[in-house]
Amino acid sequence: MTSAPAVEVSALRKAYGQKKAVDGLDLVVDRGEVVAVLGPNGAGKTTTVEILEGFRARDGGDVRVLGEDPAHAGRDWRSRIGVVLQGTDDLAEATVGELVHHFARYYPDPRDPEAVIDAVGLREKVRTRTRQLSGGQRRRLDVALGIVGRPELVFLDEPTTGFDPQARRDFWDLIAGLRDDGTTILLTTHYLDEAEHLADRVVVVNAGRVVAQGTPADLGGRAARQAVVRWTGDDGPREERTDTPTALVRELAERYGEVPGLQVLRPSLEDVYLSLIGGATPVPVAPARTEALR
Amino acid sequence: MSTTTAPTRSALPGALTLGLARTGYELRSFFRERDAVIFIFAYPVIMLAIFATVFGQDDSSIELPGGDVPFAQYFLPGMVATGVMLTSFQNLAIAISVERDEGGLKRLRATPLPASAYFLGKIGQVLVNCTLQMAILLVVAALAFDVPMPDDAAHWATFAWVLLLGTATGAVCGVAFSSLPRSGRSASAVVTPVVLVLQFVSGVFFRFDQLPSWMQDVASVFPLKWMAQGMRSVFLPDEAARYVEVSGSWQHGATAAVLLAWLVVGLVVGIRTFRWRRRDDG
Repeated sequence: MTSAPAVEVSALRKAYGQKKAVDGLDLVVDRGEVVAVLGPNGAGKTTTVEILEGFRARDGGDVRVLGEDPAHAGRDWRSRIGVVLQGTDDLAEATVGELVHHFARYYPDPRDPEAVIDAVGLREKVRTRTRQLSGGQRRRLDVALGIVGRPELVFLDEPTTGFDPQARRDFWDLIAGLRDDGTTILLTTHYLDEAEHLADRVVVVNAGRVVAQGTPADLGGRAARQAVVRWTGDDGPREERTDTPTALVRELAERYGEVPGLQVLRPSLEDVYLSLIGGATPVPVAPARTEALR
Repeated sequence: MSTTTAPTRSALPGALTLGLARTGYELRSFFRERDAVIFIFAYPVIMLAIFATVFGQDDSSIELPGGDVPFAQYFLPGMVATGVMLTSFQNLAIAISVERDEGGLKRLRATPLPASAYFLGKIGQVLVNCTLQMAILLVVAALAFDVPMPDDAAHWATFAWVLLLGTATGAVCGVAFSSLPRSGRSASAVVTPVVLVLQFVSGVFFRFDQLPSWMQDVASVFPLKWMAQGMRSVFLPDEAARYVEVSGSWQHGATAAVLLAWLVVGLVVGIRTFRWRRRDDG
């Protein structure tokens, strides 16, 4: 049971009229893994996730989620997954405490609702009605309702859109806690730093298929990760791509002593990502998002 | 939080248990939305007061050979029928439409809550509201407007079956109708006019037998007219049927048949058209 992957997708296809939203997508998520699906708007992320959640029918391909086909899965299967949707605006008149306790009743083996309220940091809001929560608090409530059933697999669709930086950090801690419990997590996000921080593996989707995947550190392969060394030479700024920046710097140091304008840059995940989806050059240009060494 | 995978998972909670839990949740949410509560419970009472007062000025009443019927007594059955329609049809058509638009239905769809428990919760909420509605209306009618209440079991039995069948039909049609509004915001703008027009043509605000015959024909297609007529058979003297009904009788058989037909149509349409997601959500 635990050895089979939580999610297995092969050759998934889904079209809306003429538009191919998902076009031959393959994906495997292992048990206990945190996988982030990245991609531009319209890449097919949400369509894919909604097929996995059982909301949408697919046109072709094989899908197994917790060993079952979501298109035909029943209540028992639903009690083993947790879904945190984006853009819901419901439940306005109920309080946080009422909702977490109420949703816990739907499941055969729920978590302790009070422990869940503590885990998502809504202890002080337990008597507050949903309509009075801030955006970040609402999202935490969404997560609480998604995990109170003790799911084996949690889907998070763009969970931190619109959060302030502190709220995002807190949210990441919450997800990290879930992962430490052994929960498998599949999240979609627009934020590269979020994927880098949370995910064991990043899957980049573009035009309905997976264009790259790997750990955040080695996504895109070695070539995309080549360091760039910059310095000011005798005839102006110079730049060289290399696998061995230390050797190059040593060489430069021997030539110049103190190397004028020295910078060693490594592409950030964002640079790699942009190059993968064809949005920009892979060469790091903005020092703000790179490790600079002077 | 403890471990994620339990070795053996216990059984899923039953639909009936969850239906009860949903009823409690629905009622709590409903009574916290004060404007809707006030509208649904006060509207029939206020309308009864207005129409009974306007038509009943200078102690005028409906003069029948068997004895006069005050206007409050004539209008009470119509207001009872209206109350049923508000608590069942209008309430559900708007509430479900809004829930769908806000993503609440989609959220529930991703949980192991069975659809039957969701609808049981709605039915429970409607039944409780309906009972409350009737209690308020009848007490006000009896105490403030001296409308005589039936004193035999047969009339109350009629009251009970017309009320139950009418509520079930209204609820089922409300669920079916909830798929029509394009958004939650437009829901009450789409539902309310339907309810209002039906009230005017079905003899809720005027004597039904004095409406133009084409209007009577139109109203006879819809359940509200029949509910009002069924309720008149409860609250008006038996012999009044000959004078205030177009057919000269209470037509219990036809009332049951039309309400049942709408119940079946609503059920079929509701099952075929019910959506857990917004229309623009694929």
